Amino acid sequence: MTTSTLNSPEYHAVHIPATRSLEASVGNTPLVRLRHVTREVPKSVQIYAKTEWTNPGGSVKDRAALFIIRDAEKSGHLTPGMTLLDSTSGNMGISYATFAAARGYQVTLCLPDNVSPERKKTLQALGAELIFTDAMEGSDGAIIQAREMVAQNPDKYYYADQYNNPSSWHGHYHTTGPEIIDQTQNRITHFLCGLGTSGTMMGAGRYMKEHDDKIKIIAIQPEGPFHGIEGLKHMESSIKPGFYDEHLPDTHLPIRTEDALDMTRRLAREEGLLVGISSGAAAFAAVESAKTLKEGVIVTIFCDNGYKYLSDRLWTDGND
Amino acid sequence: MATIQIPTPLRTYTNGETEITIKGNTVGEALHDLTTQHVALKQHLYNEDGKLRAFVNIFVDGDDVRHLNGESTAINADSSLRIVPSVAGGLVYQHTINMRKSQ
Repeated sequence: MTTSTLNSPEYHAVHIPATRSLEASVGNTPLVRLRHVTREVPKSVQIYAKTEWTNPGGSVKDRAALFIIRDAEKSGHLTPGMTLLDSTSGNMGISYATFAAARGYQVTLCLPDNVSPERKKTLQALGAELIFTDAMEGSDGAIIQAREMVAQNPDKYYYADQYNNPSSWHGHYHTTGPEIIDQTQNRITHFLCGLGTSGTMMGAGRYMKEHDDKIKIIAIQPEGPFHGIEGLKHMESSIKPGFYDEHLPDTHLPIRTEDALDMTRRLAREEGLLVGISSGAAAFAAVESAKTLKEGVIVTIFCDNGYKYLSDRLWTDGND
Repeated sequence: MATIQIPTPLRTYTNGETEITIKGNTVGEALHDLTTQHVALKQHLYNEDGKLRAFVNIFVDGDDVRHLNGESTAINADSSLRIVPSVAGGLVYQHTINMRKSQ
């Protein structure tokens, strides 16, 4: 059920019943139209963003984390007394810690020591144990650390392995994809999102292709291996996540960090959308794609909001 | 001579080298020497205007040069420089994992 329609975006009071748990408020995130950073886009092309920070854990990762935890319990791989372990740069860890806290599991996370102070503090507040790895080794250092800990203590840990766990993309196949089709009333023509674990793209993108193979799927990734777009991954130079299918997207768009930073600032100052840098990358790519169309409805994903990036120089350096 | 440590995503452009000896009296001179030794690094560190890109962090003996004198920061033969990624996630490099496995 949607709370408003694309044609009547003004406020409607709708009855939303109280939920039985925090987990029931995951998903069904608002779809918001971008109206001001789209001035150079033909009027017949609309761009919408899923505001994923409205999930209770504050990011798109709630969907994957919840599916991973529930599936692991169903399969018997995660049982009371065990500790959920994974490597993460922050958002996934926050989602794990959010749901694990309520379910009574301990969470241990391996993460590079250059994660933002906001993320460290959030994870610590949620009671997660943090194992910091060398920033120079990036995520791979954190992954190796997690694998070593699991190998040494296989009975203690449930290794969630977000890069290879199919529950990661199942979460988006069963929630994000159907929501977008419903919220656009089947009008979506292009789905565009960034690649990190690729779970969002593989799940929501696959659902949309099965629903209507005319929907174009556009994947964005940093232009090179050294970049500043937190959460996105340059696939060519990376280990491919186990469920990543590079042929699912119709198009792959490389994004410069500078363009992502600039659009992140514009979204805050022109749209009132204080979002993370990967959302800036997504919006920039959506606008550039829209300029090439005569008509269409583009939907992208804004993975998180900007509160975790307030210490980032992007807010003090101006235009870089 | 001073040394500079290279983070995993840039080792593709240094033939896999993790630490490189560099010449110069300032950070700017040292980086110039680095990008002369490994030309492919230049476009990843500098923008078209010749300025360090926004997400490139240079540390000298543990301090971010932005809090010192930027590229004019003086260095000596014992200085240890690092190029520290600003991004913590999304980078997974097969060659690094292979290197760690073989250790």
